[in-house]
Amino acid sequence: MKLEGKKRIWADYQKEIPDDHFFYVRSCIRQTFFAGSEQYFLKIMRDDLGKDVFEDPRHTTCTGIGYHGDVVPFETIQTVVARHFALATEAGYKNIAISCVTSFGIYSEILETWKHFPETLERTREDLLKATGRTFEVPETISHTSDIIYKFRDEIARKAKYNLVDLSTGKPLKVVEHIGCHYSKMFPKYGVGGAEFPHVLVGMVESWGGDIIDYPERRHCCGFGFRQYLVQANRGYSLFASRKKFESMEPYRPDMIIANCPGCTMFMDRWQYTIREIDGITYGADDQGIPVLTYEEVAGLILGYDPWEIGLQYHNVQSLPLLRKMGIKADPTKRFLAKDGSRLPEPVNLMNS
Amino acid sequence: MSGSTRNKFGFTVNRSRLIDYDSSDRLVREYITSREPSFRLCFACGGCTAACTAGHHAPFNLRRMNTLIRRGEIDPLRDEVTRCMLCGKCLLVCPRGVNTRNVVLLAAEAIRKLDRNEL
Amino acid sequence: MSVASKHVVVAGGGVAGMEAAGALAELGHRVTLIEKEQKPGGHLKQWHALFPDRRPADEVRKYLSRRIDNRNIRLFTGVGVDKIRKEGHELCIELSDGSELTADAAIIATGFDLFDAHRKEEYGYGIYDNVITSAELEDMFNTGKITTADGRTPSRIGLIHCVGSRDEKVNNNHCSKVCCVTAVKQAIEVRQKLPGCEVFCFYMDMRMYGPYYEELYRESQEQHNVNYIRGKVSEASVNIDNRLVIKVEDTLAGRPLRMELDMLVLMVGMEMSKAGTRLAEASGLDRGINRFLETGDHHYGNNISHLKGLFYAGTCTAPMNITDTISHARAAVAEAVRYLNTR
Repeated sequence: MKLEGKKRIWADYQKEIPDDHFFYVRSCIRQTFFAGSEQYFLKIMRDDLGKDVFEDPRHTTCTGIGYHGDVVPFETIQTVVARHFALATEAGYKNIAISCVTSFGIYSEILETWKHFPETLERTREDLLKATGRTFEVPETISHTSDIIYKFRDEIARKAKYNLVDLSTGKPLKVVEHIGCHYSKMFPKYGVGGAEFPHVLVGMVESWGGDIIDYPERRHCCGFGFRQYLVQANRGYSLFASRKKFESMEPYRPDMIIANCPGCTMFMDRWQYTIREIDGITYGADDQGIPVLTYEEVAGLILGYDPWEIGLQYHNVQSLPLLRKMGIKADPTKRFLAKDGSRLPEPVNLMNS
Repeated sequence: MSGSTRNKFGFTVNRSRLIDYDSSDRLVREYITSREPSFRLCFACGGCTAACTAGHHAPFNLRRMNTLIRRGEIDPLRDEVTRCMLCGKCLLVCPRGVNTRNVVLLAAEAIRKLDRNEL
Repeated sequence: MSVASKHVVVAGGGVAGMEAAGALAELGHRVTLIEKEQKPGGHLKQWHALFPDRRPADEVRKYLSRRIDNRNIRLFTGVGVDKIRKEGHELCIELSDGSELTADAAIIATGFDLFDAHRKEEYGYGIYDNVITSAELEDMFNTGKITTADGRTPSRIGLIHCVGSRDEKVNNNHCSKVCCVTAVKQAIEVRQKLPGCEVFCFYMDMRMYGPYYEELYRESQEQHNVNYIRGKVSEASVNIDNRLVIKVEDTLAGRPLRMELDMLVLMVGMEMSKAGTRLAEASGLDRGINRFLETGDHHYGNNISHLKGLFYAGTCTAPMNITDTISHARAAVAEAVRYLNTR
C-alpha cells in the first residue's frame, strides 16, 4: 500500500473548516447513549482550544431518523432544518457544527437541493415563516464535528498526555476507523478526504500515534439502515452488515474502532454483544470484543481526562484492556458512581470488562 | 426471517447472498468442462432458456445454471438440474454451439457424484 | 516534386499524423510534421502486440517510420502546436517554442490521452501495489516479466473493462471502443505466458465491433479458458496478505460476488488529449459533448473543421483503432488535397 497515493486523494478533498465561532447542533443518539462525547466536544473546544461554540436549548432533533424511516416528508425536514438555521441567524452565527452524521447528511442534502432548485429554498422560507414567524440566512459553512476535531488534531496532539501506543510493547495501537455513510458517500466533496479514502479519522489517529488498519470491508456500511433497524424483524440485515465488517477486520486483531457516526458507534458496539449471544463469537485483540469509541472520547483520553467522566463505561464493549495498554489509570470500581458518589445500577453482560 | 431459529432477540443474522469465489466449489465445473469443452463457450444469450420446454412451467433456467456452475454455486441447482425434459431444443438454438443437452446431463451426474464424495 | 507542391503542417506525430504526412509527401507536397515528444510514434511506442492478430506492434511502427522517411517531410520533435489561425488564404501555425509557420493547409492529429486511472478512486490505483493499467501490462509484456510488485508470479489476474469510459462519474459517457478487444487480447497473452494463471474479464458489454474481434473473443474462451463476468467492479481493497479483494455483481447470476486477485488491470479508455484541448481552445475549434474535436459532418465530413484548409485525422475526433486511424488519416489527406487543388 502506497501512502503517497492516499495523500493524492486527500489533497483533492479538502474542505473549508472554520477556525472559530460555531453554532452547535446535537445528535439524538449521541446525547442519549454516550452523552460524554458531546460534553467533551464542548469541553475540548472551549477549555483546551479556547473556541467559541454556541448552543441554543431551543434546537430540536433534525427528524433525520424519521425522514429515513419514511415518516417525515422532505418538505417537513427542510422546514425543521430551516428553523435551526433561523436560531443560528438570530444568534449571529454563520458556521454550523453538526454532531450527527445523519444530520450532517440531511443538512448537506438540503443545501444541495436549495442550490440546484432555488424554488425549494423559497418554499421553505415561506413554510418556516408561516409556521414559526422566523426568517433565516443560509449558513456559510457546515462542518461535522469530526471535521473540527480533525482541523485541531495536531493542536490536541501537542497537548496530549497519552498516545495511541501500547506502552508494554512500544508499538502503535491498531485502530480501525469507520466513517458514517452519510458523511461523504452522498456528497464526497463535503467530507475530508472524500468517500473512498476519507481522511477525517485517519488524520486524527495518525496525529495521536496509532496505526490505521485498512481492511477489505472498510468502506462497507455498519448496517444501521434506519428502517432495517427500526423494525425488529429486519434487524438481521443490520446485524449481518456489522458482522461482515468484524469478520473482515478480525485478522488484523484491532485494539479499537474509532467512528464518527452516532449510529455506527452504537451498532458496532451493541452488535458485538448480540453476535456473542447468537453465535458465541467475539472479536478483537483480546478476543473479548473491540471497544468502539467516538473521536471525542479518543481525544478526551489523549488529553488525559478521566475515562469515566468521558463516559466510556456506557459502551457495551468496555475499554479497560485498552486503557491499560495506553497507560491510563482508571479504577473499574468507580465506573458506575453518580456525581454525589452514590452507586448507579450496573449494566449486566458488559463485554471486555 | 425463519421462525425456526427464534432467540431472545426476535431476529438472527441474515444469510449472505454473496458468491465468494475463493470458497466456492469448482469441481462440478471442471467435471463438465473436461468432458464437454463447449461448455466454456456460453455467452449467456438466453436462447436455450427461451426455447426450453421445462423452463416455461418450472423453475429451470439453463442460462443461469451455466453461470452458477462456473461460479461454483451448486446448492441452488440440485433440484433444478433434474427438471430438464431432454427435448434438445436448446441445442438447436445455441449460437455458440454449446452441447447444452450434454451439459445438463453432465451437471446432473456431477452433482450426484459430488453428493457421494466421488468427484 | 509536383508542380503544384504545397506546404502542409501536420500537428501530432502519432499513427494518424505519420500516415497523413507520408500520404501527403507521396503526393509531392511539402510536409512539416510536428511532434511534442522527442520521438514520433504516439501511444503505439509502448505497445507490445496488436489486436486482433497479436502481431508485434513493431511491424506497424516500422511501417510508419518508413512512411515518413521522405525528403518532402520535415520532422520537428520536442515542440508542440499552440495555435492555428487563418490569415488570408494561409494558415499560421504558432509553435510552443515561439516560432511560427505558414502553411497552405494543416491537419490536426493530436490524438488521445489515456484516461488517468487515479480518477477512479474506488480501484485504488496508485495506492494498492498491484493495481495497474492496460498500458502498464503492455510494458510488462515488453519486458517479458509479468510479476506482482514484490516479484511473485500472479495466480489470478482480473481485467476491468470501461475504466474511464461509459461512466458519467468521470464525465465520459462515450465508449472508447478498443478496450474490450484489448482486454481479450491481453487476457489471451497472460494465459499464454502464464498458463497457471487464471484470468477474469469484468465487462458491462462485450463490444467486439471490428473484423476478427468476435472470433478473438470466442478463441479466448475456447482455447485459452479466459473467464468473463458481466458486471462493473465497484471497489478494490487489499486483505492482510496484501492480496486484492474486489466486489462486483455477477449480473448473470444476479448476485454480488467477491474474489481475491493478485493483480488488477484497469482497461483505461481514451480522452481528448490535453495538448489537443489547449490547441482547440486557443484556435477556437468546436468540440463535441465528448470533448473530442467536432467535425463538419458525422457521416460524410468527419475530417472537416469549420476552418477552411484545416482538417482532422485520427483520435482527436473520436476513439478509434489503428486500422480506422490510418484510414481516417488517408481520408483527411484526400480532403486536404481536394481543398489545395480547388483553391
